[in-house]
Amino acid sequence: MALTNEYIKTRLLERFGEQVSGFTESYDMLTFEAPKDLNLKVLNFLYDDEQLKFRFLTTLCAVHYPENKGRELAVVYHLHNIVDNIRIRFKVYTDIVQPDIYTATGLFSAANWLERETYDFYGVNFIGHPNLKRILNVDEMDYFPMRKEYPLEDQTRIDKDDEMFGRGGKLGFGTDTTDHGKATIAEAEKPRDAGADVI
Amino acid sequence: MGRSGGAMAEQHIKLPEGSIEKTTTTLNLGPTHPATHGVFQNILELDGERIVSAEQTIGYIHRAFEKIAERRPLYQITPLTDRMNYCSSPINNMGWHLTCEKLLNIKVPKRVDYLRVIIMELARIGDHLICNSIVGVDAGAYTGFLYLMQYRELIYEIWEEVCGSRLTTNIGRIGGFERNFNDIAFQKLEKFLREYPKVLKEFENLFQRNRIFMDRTMGTGAISAERALNYGFTGPNLRAAGVDYDVRIHTPYSSYEDFDFTIPVGTTGDNYDRWLVRSQEMWQSLNIIEQAYKKVQEFKGAEAEVYHADVPEYYLPEKEDVYTKMEALIWHFKIIMGEINMPVGEVYQSVEGGNGELGFYLISDGGRTPYRLHFRRPCFIYYQAFEELVKGGMLSDAIITMSSLNLIAGEMDS
Repeated sequence: MALTNEYIKTRLLERFGEQVSGFTESYDMLTFEAPKDLNLKVLNFLYDDEQLKFRFLTTLCAVHYPENKGRELAVVYHLHNIVDNIRIRFKVYTDIVQPDIYTATGLFSAANWLERETYDFYGVNFIGHPNLKRILNVDEMDYFPMRKEYPLEDQTRIDKDDEMFGRGGKLGFGTDTTDHGKATIAEAEKPRDAGADVI
Repeated sequence: MGRSGGAMAEQHIKLPEGSIEKTTTTLNLGPTHPATHGVFQNILELDGERIVSAEQTIGYIHRAFEKIAERRPLYQITPLTDRMNYCSSPINNMGWHLTCEKLLNIKVPKRVDYLRVIIMELARIGDHLICNSIVGVDAGAYTGFLYLMQYRELIYEIWEEVCGSRLTTNIGRIGGFERNFNDIAFQKLEKFLREYPKVLKEFENLFQRNRIFMDRTMGTGAISAERALNYGFTGPNLRAAGVDYDVRIHTPYSSYEDFDFTIPVGTTGDNYDRWLVRSQEMWQSLNIIEQAYKKVQEFKGAEAEVYHADVPEYYLPEKEDVYTKMEALIWHFKIIMGEINMPVGEVYQSVEGGNGELGFYLISDGGRTPYRLHFRRPCFIYYQAFEELVKGGMLSDAIITMSSLNLIAGEMDS
């Protein structure tokens, strides 16, 4: 029988009942969610079942929804059944205070670095990961840059001089806390003489 | 006198903990190294010439594209996608345009599809050309690389006629192209189609049955199909392992279903198979370009002037209209100032890039810029397997494995 989104949904409901929810079909891809404790059970079910055969992890990423209290971070798995050519999207939500999710590296070796990248950018802690450390950013970074509260640029950097672009400088246009035009923080904190420089 | 005896007994050099007992050598391969094509680092533990373990460090060229994309309207994200796999940037651009068109439900005319296919296959030839000739360079044969580079110059010239740039092309727009292909572009394309097959044949003669090359590449860096699938391999690296997965056939985009081509598949997944698969894919790409060019020439009259879909919200109107007509002026203003809201939704679109399935996962919340944009980058995903590929092998084989995997740092780090 042909593998359709309807069939996949029926199988999931029959196996997990009320725990899988949020079934939508966005641009022909079935999307659903499950509680975060069941993520490995769902992934294993989709992998082992002889009709479903979702044995390829296309990608894994996270999304930050700061307004959904208690469900701020979503981890999204894209799975692919290469033989029957069906894709599926599976989401788990977690809160931001303790974002612990079981790792999928036991099932898909591809998840190793994908989860490290998700940890690096969102702070999602993957329980059981063999080597959960930062991958693309510097190891000393102490915040998670892709979260929505972090601005596009590091406001604490002092190595750039953007005065020629209308930012920073003695009159401080374009900054509200740090003066980008100064070489050290100490110099930046000295009081500026108003009107000494004309633009 | 007594002092010298005492001085000899003292340790003046502070050695790291455990370094006297250690029997393996730590070799730092990269990040700036002539053999690593791009900035990424491998810390190898060697026992003589044999590799015991390898640890990868990447992120030297991370430019925060996913974060930047959250602040840019759709057409400003195209230059970011250029810089991922910079050896075949038109494919990245087209993939992004296809993602936007999927989100916005835009139907693109056939002629545009065929022109896109020509551009994408030229990019694929350019990418595979570099990879194969670099494998030759790492094995010691420099001539093939320089000989083939001449034809990459010709490909650059074709792109330059269409979009103005050679490497990071920003080619095409949402809905089509920024200008129609002029006669010079088609003449250069014909020159390429005339001259490249002979050159490719000469290049193949240099390597394909060359005893030294075969001994260097056969049996090294091999991976089985099951492990490759588990690691998320796609593209030529997966096809060399024996799995015939190609996004152009599985989920055809941009009218690939109208073309007749085969997918070369290897058996053992070693360096030699990867080289052969890429070489054969170049022949198949030439075949596709010839078919596409013939199809493009069949459009006559008004149809031959079509180079974009009619999407006023996303495609800039003609300048003459902007200066004379009111609606065109309004659309121009809205597009440039970024005041067009996208429909709400989430879409995943993938294309067959030079290295495999390049995917774009776009979540839109109805604003002007994406809420979240995630790039599924094939290089990032399959570089994880590097340790498994080289463990137990020799250092020189690791160098060839690295270049035959076609690792491009821009795509690894985004």
